[in-house]
Formats: sequence, structure tokens, C-alpha cells
Amino acid sequence: MKKYLSLLALLLAVGYVAGSLRAPKNPGAFDVVGFSKLPVLVNGRIKPIDTVARSSLLQLQGRQTVKTPDERSLQPIEWLLDVVFRPELADTYQTFEIVDPDVLALIDLKAEDGAGEKRFSLKQIQPKIAEVQRQMQLAQPVEPQARSRFQRAIVQLYGNLVHYQRLRHSLVAPNRTDFLGDLLKFQDNVAAGVAAVRAKQANQPHDEAAAKAMTEIGEQFVIMAESTNLLVIPPDADNTDPTAWRPAGGALLETFRTGRVNASALAYAGFAHAWRNDKAEQFNKLIDLFRADLAKRYDVALKKSDIEARFNAAQPFYRSSILYGLALFIALFSWLAWPDTLGRAAFWLVAVAWVLCTAGIATRMWLEGRPPVTNLYSSALFVGWGSVGLCLILEKFFRNAIASVAAGSIGVATLVIAHHLSLSGDTMEMMRAVLDSNFWLATHVIVVTAGYSATFLAGFLAIIYILRGLFTRTLDRGTADALTRMVYGIVCFATLFSFVGTILGGIWADQSWGRFWGWDPKENGALIIVIWNAIILHARWGGMIKQRGLMALAVGGNIATAWSWFGTNMLGVGLHSYGFTDAAFVSLTGFGISQILIIALANIPLSKWRSHATLTERPAASAPRSTPEPVAAK
Amino acid sequence: MNDTLRQFRDFFVSLRLTVVLLVFGMILVFAATIDQVHLGIWAIQEKWFRSLIVLQEVRGVPVPIFPGGYLIGGLLLINLVAAHIYRFKFTWKKAGIHLTHIGLILLLIGELFTGLWQEDFSMRLVQGQPKNYSESFHDNELAIIDTTDPKFDDVVVIPEPTLARRETIQHGKLPFRIAIKDYYPNSALRNPPEAGAPAIQGLNPTTAPFTTQNGRTVPVVAQAAPMTFKQNERNLPAAYIELIGPDRPVGTWMVNADPRIPAQSFEYGGRTYTIALRFTRAYKPFTLTLLKFSHDRYAGTEIPKNFSSRIKLETPNGRDDREVLIYMNNPLRYDGLTFYQASFEPDNPNVTILQVVRNPSWLFPYIACTMMTLGLLWQFSLHLFAFVARRRLPRPSFA
Repeated sequence: MKKYLSLLALLLAVGYVAGSLRAPKNPGAFDVVGFSKLPVLVNGRIKPIDTVARSSLLQLQGRQTVKTPDERSLQPIEWLLDVVFRPELADTYQTFEIVDPDVLALIDLKAEDGAGEKRFSLKQIQPKIAEVQRQMQLAQPVEPQARSRFQRAIVQLYGNLVHYQRLRHSLVAPNRTDFLGDLLKFQDNVAAGVAAVRAKQANQPHDEAAAKAMTEIGEQFVIMAESTNLLVIPPDADNTDPTAWRPAGGALLETFRTGRVNASALAYAGFAHAWRNDKAEQFNKLIDLFRADLAKRYDVALKKSDIEARFNAAQPFYRSSILYGLALFIALFSWLAWPDTLGRAAFWLVAVAWVLCTAGIATRMWLEGRPPVTNLYSSALFVGWGSVGLCLILEKFFRNAIASVAAGSIGVATLVIAHHLSLSGDTMEMMRAVLDSNFWLATHVIVVTAGYSATFLAGFLAIIYILRGLFTRTLDRGTADALTRMVYGIVCFATLFSFVGTILGGIWADQSWGRFWGWDPKENGALIIVIWNAIILHARWGGMIKQRGLMALAVGGNIATAWSWFGTNMLGVGLHSYGFTDAAFVSLTGFGISQILIIALANIPLSKWRSHATLTERPAASAPRSTPEPVAAK
Repeated sequence: MNDTLRQFRDFFVSLRLTVVLLVFGMILVFAATIDQVHLGIWAIQEKWFRSLIVLQEVRGVPVPIFPGGYLIGGLLLINLVAAHIYRFKFTWKKAGIHLTHIGLILLLIGELFTGLWQEDFSMRLVQGQPKNYSESFHDNELAIIDTTDPKFDDVVVIPEPTLARRETIQHGKLPFRIAIKDYYPNSALRNPPEAGAPAIQGLNPTTAPFTTQNGRTVPVVAQAAPMTFKQNERNLPAAYIELIGPDRPVGTWMVNADPRIPAQSFEYGGRTYTIALRFTRAYKPFTLTLLKFSHDRYAGTEIPKNFSSRIKLETPNGRDDREVLIYMNNPLRYDGLTFYQASFEPDNPNVTILQVVRNPSWLFPYIACTMMTLGLLWQFSLHLFAFVARRRLPRPSFA
């Protein structure tokens, strides 16, 4: 039975992944999955409305699921449908995360009033909205870096309220119960109504009721057009300009000129009607019609939207992180019992998770038409991907589950970091002009990120050495030597990649801006990694450090890499400060301190280590030499 | 060889020195990065990297706090060269290390040359107006121009550091001496004090014309302002200049590097002159004319998608007369200079701002990096192959 355990693990993992490939099912009679795939243009990119729903929820409350007051679970798209079509319901859903105690005090709420003690509904916030706005006006003039915790929380809450408001105005007028009926009536009367308004302006006799209705609905269209950034109406049939997408309100305003309500805008009003009145058949029929019309002109965009919606629903990175976590657990356990079987099982889990990540990254690349790393979020994915890839190679060679433990922890850690980075909105952003060069994104950025991966991996392997040696009796001489070889090899790899990556960055700068090196913080960060790796190698070659020294220095590489990756962005200066994240500062500092503590642990005299006895005796079957002999110091 | 000499040699060729210098280098880079928050990217280069000793102002007194980039880099260079001369013995096994280190030597030398020779200028082009000079980002000059002959200008320029010495200057081409009455390294402009009001301390009453946004001209005075080191700001020095002829003073002018203060003209000895403090100019043997500046954004956003400038490039001899397109990641390389799209003016779509860089040692990094990359690849591949080969051998049995 033991023999088949690893095979079983592999099969289960593959089954788990395959489960995500099924087409998502509709929770009820409504074809909400079909609706979720409809393309819209937001922040310069055509994407399925599903992505808008998911990234909005992540931004508002840090997670994608919504619980209604009557304890129903909603898919993101169902939540969005309620926000735009039944706002009176959505306003009672607790989707605004507020944790700052001062902000809670300001809006007269207690933590226990919220779902999970931190999520509140618009209805709960509503009575104090004016006060939130006033505090926002006070906080706004302060520079982002100089804002207090309270000011940051207020700015964030206000931003979330604005975001919610944008969604509400994106498809139909939020305060009308029968928008479809109003639109049809409006279409019938538009000529007469406009004439009445003109007559009124000219102080001539006119139909007062018609003029009033016209002015009212016109004003509402203007509000809709101005309070959203979702461009949901595709360009007219004869217009090939991809930038001609416009908000629903904008398309509705055109009715005054054309006399006919835009078909797409009318379709969205139809969706609203069907959703409000529980007419699933009508809703589904309308989706088919709407898609058939779009497919004539936007075949490619529609296909991409479909795939992206499927990709969102499959959540490959979430599933990978579960598998990595499992692999980590099994690999750790393999050090205690059944090393071969469990070690193999862990290896296969890591392999499946890695393949899943690869597929996820590849899908993102195809959707964006870009190399894998374009922003901080994708760099987190790629750093994890690179490290785990190296781990798979190491594990293939060494078969001692050490690389699987490293793979599991780095895999989980980077995916958790990526999740936190995704909270600020859609992770597939458009590239700013300065960075818009696929060639250099594909070379400099990839290589430098691979350098980060390797430096982190060396650091994690070193942590395993230190913790295992200090706190357990399992670090025998053979394992210690194997770990040393791994760390040394990975440091060499890291030196090569971080050096070449840094240099490629210099060449990009020279090609683009006529200067090779500008001492920009991010460049300096990369240089620090290169120097740090060079220090490790030279100290090793010069015999200044032995095994433990190598491990301590490799842990230091974690600090250098974390600084270069995130710390430099927090300075808020230079060309590379594209990923400003102030909340991450605390985590970064905490990480730095933890690494320093581990370095301190490495310096505890060997005689105090629990593995002291096993480390000093020479076991039967270990290679005699620990690392390549010193080369430069001869 | 005597003992002292041997110790001296051992110190300079030791790997320990290398490691220590690398650690110092790393601290230097880190500290300079942090210092950028206060000083900006230009000032820290002079303070930390292009210096022997880093001086930190503590209550106005410069205090040495750290070895500078030139010192650390220089010692590293000596250490590298010395170690290689002392130990050099060519073997294929060490070829990678040699190649990497020779590459590094080249890289360090290249960076030194860049620090010494690189010139970084800016060129602001207005649509349809030909321009044949670029302007410095940091340096300013006092220009006194004899414009009497409509065919050509006779220009005398005095660099800003000379003004800063506040001495009286005499130049063979000028019929008067130039006395620097006052000089501020950075200045703010303000309205002159009203007649009868008590004089403001340190404020010279001489005014200069100032062109407002709607094209009117009003008189202003200059006041000393604290110097700025921010990346997107520059110091605008001001000076009060008195010109003194052999028999009588010609007059006193307030000059200011603020581009909104036009050159001021005056007559002396039957000739017409203009006087202005301006950004230091570098004249070129060709002219550039902006034809069109474009700034594209992604649909429905303010995210810039592309900036580009279509420019006409002409030489007086007519050898070059063509249109070029400069856009992000695609600079114009011409006459040993690189012109890249650096900036624009949000409220004026007819203006483009190019950065003009001359770096005669630009090839060094390319050569150095190729050598180092190959060297590292060679070295680490050797390790890797040796490792793989060892793994393939049957495990030795000690039992």
C-alpha cells in the first residue's frame, strides 16, 4: 500500500486540478455565467464583467465571496448584478471592510456590528457619509506618505464608496424601478420632449410635463455618464476605433441626437428588468441575442472574455497554494517517517501545483499579450514560479524532501503575497508608456526576477539548515553537506541571473534614455543583491566562512531581495516606483527582523545545537567533500 | 622583499580586502538610496558616488561620514588588478574568473569615465520653432550679448560659479567691468515693495521685467530662497549685476535664471547689448524643429500609452534634412548625442522636452557585461558539470 501512496497523491492532485477545468455552473435559473462573460472596457482593457466584479470585491472587502443578510452565498457576478440592478438589496450586503477603530468610531459603528467583525453594508455607513466625505477632504491635501493611519483608512474607505458608486451607475439609472419602461417611453416621446424643452427655453407655450420628464431623464443620463469609468457600450457597427467604447449614460445621451435608444444600452435595461422581476427566461434569451450581436464585430474580444471568465472561476493560483501547503506538510512529515514514499508524494504535489501555476501564468500572458512580469502582482507569481522550478530540479537530484519543503513554503508565501497585491484592483493593468517594451520586459525583467527567485531560494534552504540543526536532531552530516551544496549552487545561479538581469536593465536604460546607470532605487536594489551574492561567494572561496557562515549570509540575501523587491518602491522616488504600497511596510520590516533573528540563531555555538552530535560524526554514505574547493585563494 | 613591503602587498591582494570593500560598497549603495528621499537623484550621485569621502552637513559643517564611491571603487580596482597581477596563471579552469574580473575592471573604469565626461542636457522645443542648442539641467550662465550687428551676436558668457565668488570681472570683449553686487543660489520672485514702505532686509530694490501668463510684463524683485535638491525641481539663481564703464557706471540689473524673465537690453557706447542669466547652453551644428508632439492615453483612462515627437533635423550645409520620430524607448542618436523623450508640458500640447545625453564611454558597459556574463557562465557551468559528473559516479561505500 505504501508503494502506491505517492501515486495516489499524484492522482488526487490531478483530480483536484481537473475539477477546476469544468465549466462553472449557474446557481439558479438565470444564466449569470453567460452575463459574467460580457466584455466591457475598463482602465484601457477589454475584460469580462466578471473580472470587474471580482477585483471590485477584492478591493472592497479582500475576498470574493459575499454573504447576504439571509445567509445566502453569492458568486461575485450575482453580487454585481444586485449592485447595478437591485441596489436596494445590495446596499444591505456587508461588503465594505473597515478595521480602523477611529474610522469605526467616526461612523458610529462597533466591530461586532459587522460581518466577521469587519465588514459593513452601505446601509450601515449611509447615515455618516457626509462626515466621511468631510474627513476625506481634510486628509486629501496631505501627501500619501505623510498620512496618518486614520487618514489612510478614511481615504481608502472613501475610495471604496466611490468605486461602489461607479458600479451602481455603470449600466442603468440606479434609482428607477422600471428603467426599461422609462427608456421605451422616452424613445417614443424624445422628439416631442426636446421640442417642449426648446420651447420652454425660448419662453414659448409648451407641454410642461413633457419638458420636465425630458430634463429629468437627461440629467440622470449625465450623472450616469459622469460617475462611472466602466465603458460598457461597444462602438457602433460602422466604427472601428477601439477607443470609441463609452459608458451607458453617454450612449443614452446620444438618443437626443439620434432619436433611438442605443441597442446595447437598451439590452442592459432589459437585463435589469428581467433580473428585478425574476424573469430568468427573458434574461437568458437576451444574453444569447446580445452575444450574437457582439460576435459579429468582437469575435476575438468575446473569446478572450470567455477564457478570462473561465480563468477567474478556475482560480488556478488559489488551488496551487492549497497544493503547495499540502506538499509542505507532507514533505516535513517525511523527515520523521517514510522518507521515500512521502518524499515522492510531496514531490508530485509540488510538480502538479507548479504545472498549474505555469498554466495560470501562461493564460495571463496570452490575455495580456505581454511577457509574464508586468507589475508587482505578476512578479510575485513569477518569483514563486522560478523558485519552485529550481526546487523541482534540486529535489530530482537530492531526493531528501528539503527542496520540497522550500518549494511548499515559497510557493505558499509568494501566492499569499500575490493575493494581497491583488487587493488594489485588476491585476492585468495597462503598461505605462515608459515601461511599454515587450522586448525588455521579456529579458531584463524576467532575468532579474529569476535572480530574486534564486536568492530567496538560497535563503530559504539556509533557514531549513539553521532551524533543523538548531531545534531537531535530524540534521546529519550527509544532509548538512547536501544542503550546503544546494545553497552554494543556488547562490551561483542567483549571482549569474541577478547580475545579467541588472546589466540588461542598464542596457535598456542606455538604449532608451542614453544613460547606462542612473542610481535609481530599484537599480540600486538589484545591485545590492549582486554585491551580496558576490560577498557570499568571495567569503566562501577565501575560506572566511564555513557551512554555518554560508547559511547565515544566504539568509541575509532574503533581506537584500525583499528590500530590492518591495522596499525600494516604498521610497516613492525614481522611475521604478510603479508599485507603491504603504501597508506592506510593516510586513517588510517584520520580515527583515525575522531574518536577522534567524541569522543570530545561526551564530549560536554549534555545541548548543540539537543536531550537534549527528553533525560532527561522519556517517557511512556521504560524499567526503562539502563544496567545491576554494578557487581564488590558492 | 622586506617585511613591510610584503605586508603591504599581502594587504592589497587579499580576498579579505575584497570582501570588506564589497561590504562597504553595499552599505554605500544602500545609504545613498535612502538619502535620495531627501536629496534627490542628482545630488546623491555627487555626494555618495562621485566623491572620495562622503560629507554630511551637520549644522552647516561638512563632516566626513563614509568613504565615497571613488574611494571604494578605486580600492576595489587596485585590489582586483593587484590580485590578478600577483596570482595570474592562465588555466582553463580559471578562465571564467579572469574574464569576469577583467570585465568588472572595465565596468568600473567605464563608470569613472562616465562620471567624468557624461553630459546631460535638456532641449525644450516649441512646435515650428527651430532650435540649435540644448540647455543644462543644473548649470546657469550670465550672458552679455552685443546685438548691434543684425547678422550675428557677439556673446560673452560667465559661468555661475564665477558669479558665486561675487568678484568684479573684466573681459576683453566688453567695454565695461561686471560687478556682482549680490548673488542667490536659488531665488523666489516677488512684487517690489511699495513706494514709501520700509525696505525689506537683503532685498535689492532693482527690478526686472517678468512676463506673466497672459503676456503682460510686470516688475519683480528677487529674494533668496533655500536650495532645492528634488528631482523635478531646479534652483533658479538670481544676481544683481552692476556694469561699470571707465568713466561712469552703466547701470544695475537684476538677472534671474527663471525663463519667464526675458533678456534685458541696454545701449552703451553706441552699441546695443542684452544681459540675461540663463540655463547654460550647448550649441549644436544642426537644428531641430518640433513638427508634432503626441501624447496617447489608453481608452477611458489617464494612463499614458505613448509620448512621441516628430521632429525635423537639419544641418546648415544641407547634408541632413529629414524627419525623425522620437518616442518612448526609441531615442534619436545623432552626432554622438542621444535625444530621448523626457517630458512634456501638460497645459501646452505644442511643447516637447527632450533629454540630450553625450556619453563617450557608452560602449564600456556593453563590452564589460558581455565579458562578465560569459565569465560567470563559464565558471558556474564548470561547477555544475563537475557536480553532475560526481553524482553519476557510483557512491563510494565506506561500509
